[in-house]
Amino acid sequence: MPPVIDISHLVKTFVVGEVEVRALRGVSLAVSPGEFIAITGPSGSGKSTLMHILGCLDRPTSGTYLLDGRDVSRMNKDELADIRNQKIGFVFQGFNLLARTTALDNVELPLLYRSGRLRTHERQMRALEALKTVGLSDRADHKPNQLSGGQQQRVAIARALITSPSLLLADEPTGNLDTRTSVEIMGIFQRLNRERGLTVLVITHEHDIAEYATRVISCRDGLIVADRPVAHRRDADEDLRKLPLEETVA
Amino acid sequence: MSPTMTFRIAFKALGRNKMRTGLTMLGMIIGVAAVITLVAMGNGAQTVIEDQIKGAGTNMITVNAGNFTSGGVRMGVGASSSLTPEDADAIRSQVPGVQFVAPGANLRSQVVAGNQNWYTRVQGTDVDLPLIRSWATRHGSFFDTRDVASAAKVAVLGTTVNTQLFGEGVDSVGHVIRIRSQPFRVVGVMVSKGQGMGEDMDDQILVPYTTVQKKLLGITFIHNITVSASSASQTGSTADAIAILLRARHKIVPGQDDDFMIRTLEEMADIRTQAMGTMTTLLAGIAGVSLIVGGIGIMNIMLVSVTERTREIGLRMAIGAKARDVLLQFLVEAVALSLIGGVIGIALGFFIAQGMERWMSWPAKIPPNAVAIAFGFAAAVGVFFGFYPARKAARLDPIEALRYE
Repeated sequence: MPPVIDISHLVKTFVVGEVEVRALRGVSLAVSPGEFIAITGPSGSGKSTLMHILGCLDRPTSGTYLLDGRDVSRMNKDELADIRNQKIGFVFQGFNLLARTTALDNVELPLLYRSGRLRTHERQMRALEALKTVGLSDRADHKPNQLSGGQQQRVAIARALITSPSLLLADEPTGNLDTRTSVEIMGIFQRLNRERGLTVLVITHEHDIAEYATRVISCRDGLIVADRPVAHRRDADEDLRKLPLEETVA
Repeated sequence: MSPTMTFRIAFKALGRNKMRTGLTMLGMIIGVAAVITLVAMGNGAQTVIEDQIKGAGTNMITVNAGNFTSGGVRMGVGASSSLTPEDADAIRSQVPGVQFVAPGANLRSQVVAGNQNWYTRVQGTDVDLPLIRSWATRHGSFFDTRDVASAAKVAVLGTTVNTQLFGEGVDSVGHVIRIRSQPFRVVGVMVSKGQGMGEDMDDQILVPYTTVQKKLLGITFIHNITVSASSASQTGSTADAIAILLRARHKIVPGQDDDFMIRTLEEMADIRTQAMGTMTTLLAGIAGVSLIVGGIGIMNIMLVSVTERTREIGLRMAIGAKARDVLLQFLVEAVALSLIGGVIGIALGFFIAQGMERWMSWPAKIPPNAVAIAFGFAAAVGVFFGFYPARKAARLDPIEALRYE
């Protein structure tokens, strides 16, 4: 199978004042469909920059990036917006749900920016289905302030899933969550990866979170310094059983 | 994104902060209501003036001796002695379309009746004047052609003069008044006519013009001729024909200034309504400034809104919103603010205008195009002042926007 992500010699330089900052100094990486990858590294390692380019939020200074076989490294902003809409599902540390908007409306949001129009009914059906995938179909009409952090992040995952993306990008998805909820969220990622063959890419600085992936990539000073499979992969469902229940925050 | 969705999102965003939305709209509401009210008031006043002047007879033409409109050394109206009763006769007999002609000679004088006196205008005229002005007597009757032929010392009083000399509503027919020490017998009192042609029609005494010429001033010329055309539509051509006739009679060669001035009532009406129109425009302009202030309010709140919703904008961009989508979203929000405010403002202006009419008896009349213009202006204000904040939102970098705290 052709790789979902195929980047070679990726360089990103920022000009800050008169100083050139080289955030990425020639990164090459290939990710096959169905992989579950964790990217780790200290701040300033370039992992965020890499994530932004992989997420088509930014363009590389040089090098190529093939997403699903298409060269996206030279696309203009509007083309990138379409790619983000169709190919990539984002999950953020801060959830980024629209306040005072129901879970259902939050989930269907990406469909509103689709060029091909969908009927309201069909949009809602798909949003409801996505909510069911993350186990929140009974919270469809709840607003973010009526949901716990873990529930909010699950709504965000449903929002990322609704467009059936080729790639799920999660930037510190457990950074705002307690241990048990974090494991739950990683469990959802593992299940989607296992059952649907969804390619998942998680950025984290927590080693135990990285161990839920199948492959861990370490960044340092704008380069990939390590790329190895996870020797003892953790299983979220199993970990949940071991965790004491009282840590759960409703 | 589909237009319906864009509208729905915009209204949702406006509904999220009702207090702020209401206050922002208030700026537009006040601005639009002020424009509508002032235009309605100006327009109403204009209509009233128009009606008043039209009521005085649009087919009236006045010829004044002298001229103050052309170059060189000028003498002013009434200063020329070249207009004669024969000119009036010639107009009557030679100009087609002329209905009535009344030569006039006037002066201002102290008039005395018993122990009362009053300073007023003594208007020497002819028997045609009441016909031209469609003006009736309240007591007695107007003087007749024999009085004119014999330069009789008879007087017809305006109501103001009658009130000042004899008391309100008193029938003074048969009494004697003194003008420049000469006794005049009162033969009639006119009905009240009010303001007309810039003078108080009631504050004057009407006497035969021949009497003014021979008994009061000792002149052979006249000061003016009042003419009525047989129909309003012929007024212009009749006025032109009178001018040609008088130039020939006064031997005025081309290029030389006329020694008379002809004005039609219609011209005067035009000048008056024009002045009122200018006033209305000026008032609407001042009110329009408050519309701009309202627009600045919208711009201000939209800028705040864009800053507050930076993360939302970042998220929308991350999940596929294009710059155009974001621009439209905020622009529609701004235009919705201004348009809803505009509609409420139009309604409010309507009510205020109605109220002015009912309780302050100021004639208010809202021209239909004012509503359209106010609505269009509100939309334009929304687009103009909404564009900058919307563009600011559309130009955000999604990465920066998502990081914004």
